[in-house]
Amino acid sequence: MLTVKDLHSYYDKAHILQGVSFNVDEGQVVCLIGKNGMGKSTTVKSIMGIAPPQIKSGQITFDARDITHLASNKVSQLGVSYVPEERRIFPLLTVRENLTLGLDVVGVSKDEKAKALSRIFEYFPRIQERLNQLGEGLSGGEQQMLAIARAMIMKPRLILMDEPTEGLMPLLVQEIKEIIATLKQERIAVLLVEQSAAMALDVSDIVYVMEKGTILFQGTPKTFRDDSKLMKEVLGV
Amino acid sequence: MQEQLMQEILMQILNGLVFGMIIALVASGLTLIFGIMDVINFAHGEFYMVGAYTGWFVIGYTQNFWLALIVAFFFVGLFGAVVEVSTLRPIRGRAPLYTLMAMFGLSIFAQQVILMIFGPIAKEVKEPLATKIPLFALEYPLYRLLIVAIALGIFISFWAFLKKTKYGTWIRATMQDNIMASALGIPVRLVYTLTFALGCALAAASGVLVAPIFSVYQSMGLAVIVTTFIVVVIGGMGSLLGSILAAIIIGELQTVSSVLVSPTYAKIFSFLALIGVLLIRPQGLFTISKR
Repeated sequence: MLTVKDLHSYYDKAHILQGVSFNVDEGQVVCLIGKNGMGKSTTVKSIMGIAPPQIKSGQITFDARDITHLASNKVSQLGVSYVPEERRIFPLLTVRENLTLGLDVVGVSKDEKAKALSRIFEYFPRIQERLNQLGEGLSGGEQQMLAIARAMIMKPRLILMDEPTEGLMPLLVQEIKEIIATLKQERIAVLLVEQSAAMALDVSDIVYVMEKGTILFQGTPKTFRDDSKLMKEVLGV
Repeated sequence: MQEQLMQEILMQILNGLVFGMIIALVASGLTLIFGIMDVINFAHGEFYMVGAYTGWFVIGYTQNFWLALIVAFFFVGLFGAVVEVSTLRPIRGRAPLYTLMAMFGLSIFAQQVILMIFGPIAKEVKEPLATKIPLFALEYPLYRLLIVAIALGIFISFWAFLKKTKYGTWIRATMQDNIMASALGIPVRLVYTLTFALGCALAAASGVLVAPIFSVYQSMGLAVIVTTFIVVVIGGMGSLLGSILAAIIIGELQTVSSVLVSPTYAKIFSFLALIGVLLIRPQGLFTISKR
């Protein structure tokens, strides 16, 4: 479904991604883990078409279509949703407006919008209680749930999640793990960026470890856990 | 004597409201463009001027002031869209100086083209309503009160557009976080074009409304742009409500103080207000949460 091939991305003259390659198949949960500043978020932004960073060489394809230099609004319309680092809820839009913004772009009827909202409320009942509240009035955890709900409501085929558990309490981290499991059941692929390797290993099918803009390791969570040297280097365990 | 002074002050309070609403229309366009596109439109006064000339031209053929107002709104809006696509879009993402110079150049170009086509003599536009009505102890021109009503009507319509329509929500989302707006599928480039067009159209409407009071001349944009920038800074860059309130405050300050001092000195009070705000609350009276 998603293929990233020998990607080189830059912030100005800083060469951040130095030949990153990986795949994400339909219904798969793939995780990029690594320390701060290794290029994980840059990889996600490059896929999503967010600039900066600038892609100087390499290729990104989604369903065999080249999306390497496609603008982010076009990438979104192909079926890719984005849950950014720091949530990025629109603070002065209501929860309802935050949720339905993407639906209005594709142009759905009132009935379809109502059905989409109902479906989302099954996963996120707390959001239903806050529909008319401004985004800035939500707690950190609620904003994270809204960011994920906003991505899910679009019925994407691939969701890019950048550090969705950052700064959240363990109960909410568990909720997010359950949501990712649900997405997997619905055959929605997830590319997950996580600093918390422990969380990532619990939910992923494939793990890629990034270091200094390159892929250091590729394998299943089990093979990662069996590599004690790598575990120590990445997790400090 | 005291009664005469009170009447004069009352007259200037009303004039201040009229002047404030005219500036509010121009300033709301300018602050909208800045709030969403991060563009300081140095040619904004020229869209106001071109609006006035468009109005004068249409009135010349149709004798219909209200038709001229509508035509100027849409014509200058379309002109603004063309400017955005041809001039601003190619230089987006570059250093702010590129945009400043481009708009400055457009300002000079527009003034010279208008001068070439229409000549240096100011054009007169008749008030569509020449009646005066009794208001408090005065006889006040009805047309000036109508300006206030029309401006209010435009602001209410604009508010409804922003709050209740899909495109209005796109504009508000783009203002708060253009990157996330794009990632949700919003065609941000189109939003920029629409925003610039709307901003210019608001300035054009103001130009037509003011034409019967101050007449139409090629440098009329310069006469209004300084006050407009003061209002936008005091109100808070990007804040529509701030611009409207600041415009009314500045309008009242300039006109009421002209009872006590000459109009030239009265303008100094606007600058004093600007300095005061910059010292005490440099972000302006109202600020917008923006990423």
